[in-house]
Amino acid sequence: MATRIAYDNVEIGTELPAGTFPVTRETLVRYAGASGDFNPIHWNEKFAREVGLPDVIAHGMFTMAEAVRVVTDWVGDPGAVVEYGVRFTKPVVVPNDDKGAVIEVTAKIGAKLDDNRVRVDLTATSEGKKVLGMSRAVVQLA
Amino acid sequence: MALDQSFVGRTYPPTEPYEVGREKIREFAEAVGDTNPAYVDPDAAKAFGHLDVIAPPTFVFSISFKAAREVIADPQLGLDYSRVVHGDQKFVYTRPVRAGDRLTVTSTIEGIKSMAGNDILDVRGEVHDEAGAHVVTAWTKLVARAAEGE
Repeated sequence: MATRIAYDNVEIGTELPAGTFPVTRETLVRYAGASGDFNPIHWNEKFAREVGLPDVIAHGMFTMAEAVRVVTDWVGDPGAVVEYGVRFTKPVVVPNDDKGAVIEVTAKIGAKLDDNRVRVDLTATSEGKKVLGMSRAVVQLA
Repeated sequence: MALDQSFVGRTYPPTEPYEVGREKIREFAEAVGDTNPAYVDPDAAKAFGHLDVIAPPTFVFSISFKAAREVIADPQLGLDYSRVVHGDQKFVYTRPVRAGDRLTVTSTIEGIKSMAGNDILDVRGEVHDEAGAHVVTAWTKLVARAAEGE
């Protein structure tokens, strides 16, 4: 496992470069096909409204996939991620317009662990609302 | 509607193997907009010490959740799948999933709780490769929202 980030060069509180991830209806259709999750709440607004949602929402797993990119872009080798967990707190609502929605992700070192591992604490918001909670990755550094 | 507590601790037989293809990994990486070369370029993956291209961290969910859905579909469990939302998700990796892997999933129902009319179900999926070595464990928390009027 190779990474360009050295354990000794990070401190608790060190911020990772933040990420901004746009998501449109097209993104959701593409993700549905790639992931095999064809739940209509992610592409059919009539269905979404019938089950009490404000509009079509992004797959939680799509948001989870975007958030960890802040970690993998930072560390280089995605295989350095040895643990990753999130709580889905609020849906990312994706309107059917030219803009869609935006997921904003920030991350910082939450703890330095044994064996050159660090815990990265992530926050993900959309429209100012926290869409992931308890979002943490454990990363193997050099 | 309360779920059948006798399901807690049940482990199900491993699934048929899922073969991880390079092009499926590429399709998934493109779908999440991730251009990390380790997902598409075998030489880049090898430079990181991997045997072949690897999959993004959340790729394995498609495989583990298919297995989980089969176990929670048991009518005796009593889960109303139309009311289910994804609560939590966690992965612990021994190594990244990579192209060529033939993965099986062994699912266990770890917990069943009822809170404020919601049914909460915790399912663990142990993912192993063809040699029987552990690759990743996926924990999925599902919440079946209370039906209106309950």
